[in-house]
Amino acid sequence: MRQHLATLLVFAALIAAWQLLYLIAGDVALASPVATVRRMVEMLQTRSFWDNARETGYAFLCALALALAGGVGLGVALGLRRLAAVVAEPILITLYSIPKVTLYPLVLLTFGLGISAKVAFGVMHGLIPIAIFAMNAIRQMKPVYLRSSRVLRLTSLQTATSIVLPAILPELLSGVRIGFSLTLLGVLIGEMFASRHGLGFLITNAMGLGDMATIMAVALFLTAFALVANGMFSSLNRMTHR
Amino acid sequence: MTSAGWIRTAVVVAFVGVVELLCRTGLIPNTVLIPPSEMARELVSILEGGEMTGDIAATFRNAVLATVIAVAIGFAVGIVIQAMPALRRSVEPLLASYYSVPTFIFYPVFIVLFGVGDRAIIAIAVLLAVVAMITATLNGIDRIPPVLKKTARIYRMSRVRTALLVELPAAAPYLFTGVKLSVAYAFIGVIASEFILSGSGLGYEIAYAYNNFENRKMYALMLLVLLSVALINSVLDVIDNRLQSRLRR
Amino acid sequence: MTVDPSMTQISAPAPADVHVSLRKVVRTFVLPSGLPLHALGPIDLDIGRGEFFAVVGPSGCGKSTLIDVLSGLSPPTGGDVLFEGKPVHGVPDGVGVVFQEDASFPWLNVRDNVAFGLRRAGVDGAEVKRRVDYAVGFVGLNDFSAAYPAQLSGGMRQRVCIARTLVLQPRLILLDEPFGALDQQTRLLMGDELLRLWRETSATVLLITHALDEAAMLSDCIGVMSSRPGRFIDFVRTGWARDRDNRVVSTPHFGEITARLWDKLRTESMKIMGVQSPSSPGPR
Repeated sequence: MRQHLATLLVFAALIAAWQLLYLIAGDVALASPVATVRRMVEMLQTRSFWDNARETGYAFLCALALALAGGVGLGVALGLRRLAAVVAEPILITLYSIPKVTLYPLVLLTFGLGISAKVAFGVMHGLIPIAIFAMNAIRQMKPVYLRSSRVLRLTSLQTATSIVLPAILPELLSGVRIGFSLTLLGVLIGEMFASRHGLGFLITNAMGLGDMATIMAVALFLTAFALVANGMFSSLNRMTHR
Repeated sequence: MTSAGWIRTAVVVAFVGVVELLCRTGLIPNTVLIPPSEMARELVSILEGGEMTGDIAATFRNAVLATVIAVAIGFAVGIVIQAMPALRRSVEPLLASYYSVPTFIFYPVFIVLFGVGDRAIIAIAVLLAVVAMITATLNGIDRIPPVLKKTARIYRMSRVRTALLVELPAAAPYLFTGVKLSVAYAFIGVIASEFILSGSGLGYEIAYAYNNFENRKMYALMLLVLLSVALINSVLDVIDNRLQSRLRR
Repeated sequence: MTVDPSMTQISAPAPADVHVSLRKVVRTFVLPSGLPLHALGPIDLDIGRGEFFAVVGPSGCGKSTLIDVLSGLSPPTGGDVLFEGKPVHGVPDGVGVVFQEDASFPWLNVRDNVAFGLRRAGVDGAEVKRRVDYAVGFVGLNDFSAAYPAQLSGGMRQRVCIARTLVLQPRLILLDEPFGALDQQTRLLMGDELLRLWRETSATVLLITHALDEAAMLSDCIGVMSSRPGRFIDFVRTGWARDRDNRVVSTPHFGEITARLWDKLRTESMKIMGVQSPSSPGPR
């Protein structure tokens, strides 16, 4: 009960801060909480919003699938060989720290405008964190598991699927959780630069028109989505917790 | 350099070599990517020419400032949140979802509050970096072994001395991870802001070059960003290793 | 229960039906600094089929390395390892290992843990069920067969690992300080379990332990290892009957055995205490 009260208080504080900021900054910079919610309710009832949301969703799922497959594959492969992991980690981290914005021209030149660029952006943002988490998950695995697998004379595939994967699952899920957010961000950014469809495009469009209410309504929608997804990951986390 | 370092260098050199080859033979068209050697040559001439120095300095200065502010605020907020479990439980989902929202859409707010220019850019960068530091601070304080705090109490150390002499060193490796992330995010935040919504700085120059089809200049500057990031990371890594070795049993 | 007056032998015992054989086995590691670490050997040892052989020695002497070499987990740097007359390359069929650390898989319950090796080997469902039921019953975990390792005590988890090994019907069972993490009472009970397992499977057992009483109580023959690099400096035949249990500890012969073991080990252990430097890394 106290817990819920605390959460409510935090929310109330955030909304109060928001309103205050609006009063200071004005319509050109922000929309008030009321205006934002109103716009969002309006928006959710339009067909075009959902068309755009579907665009984004589709690109996001593609990007997520690729980021997961690539990230887990890469991370596990590197994690299994100690030398490879030590060599690769700084490279991965440096690649990740590059402001991806500077690589956008390269992506656009390679993929053109359209959905493949969006997916590329998404993968670009999500793959490396997932790989790093997967790699560390493997390195933290108890060595005795691998020794057991050798004594039981399992094939590499059996070792990978029946021992390694379950052993690293909690750590891996943390990485996927982060990769999820980042991939979504990547896809949105891709839409802002390289597309005439999708939620990212809605934002850019609204920015051009100075329509703060729409921008914030979309942001609110995305935040709500992120919170729900996060909640699901939390439950998943609790389920795999042993 | 360790053997891993040599192998890493070899891998990077090999990769660059392959890209160079692919560009020179035309398998990667020049409209998409220019050979790395060309990028380097252009970069050298730009640096010698000196016309970019102002922009470069502005970017780095902003990034450093943003880092310092983000680390300070993140650390302070992290301590506060850690001390109040109820607050923490309510705030944690928000912190976890934070990086899903493209925070630079709030740029207009900062323009209004701080005016156009460096301050707004720094504000965005701080906004991006601060949550990473908060999370790292929370994590670091969590991981201080309780037995160390008990030891401090047996020594009857004051709260302040316990915090400075026991808790801070114990949490340092994790806090430093937060600093590393803050540096990365601050850099990303500054350059992204300059790219999209500014009139000066490295990010802006890259965007300008892209829009004007000045591929050579664009790639040279991208190379500069890449090299700077690599250098900064190496330095941070060295410090990090010193700290991490304390954790190894 | 007859006492063999010449129970000590310095040379390796030569049993009639040799199951496992080590000839001049040496294991050297290369440290990160590049210097070689001579961990084990030369070792000459023959273990007879169905024998219960224990190895005791000071810490760091290379006992675990012996398990690695015997099981095929790592090849010796020099010498030959023979199992059932054939040289060992990789882990041979019919070898089971119980490790020092808890190797139970936390994401599987007790039954699934025990069934794990069988399922991966493609044994059919009915046979798996039969063998798992038997093994779980054998180690006394029937009431916990649906529980997860996190819900079990250390001793119970080790029993899961033993059941997982038993269920594969190994002909050679290697145990690397399996009861190291357990308290003394549990160890004594587990010792009896181990004897039951040995008699039940008629397997050859090699037990590594630092507990002299455990070695003296359980085994047919005890090899005493020197400090690193580990070599055998003594072999002690206990002469116990096959149907022994932990009541042997109250016999005077038991005291003689442990006294003899400690006599040999004390000097070796003191060498370790004297020369041990805090920063010398181990090959683990």
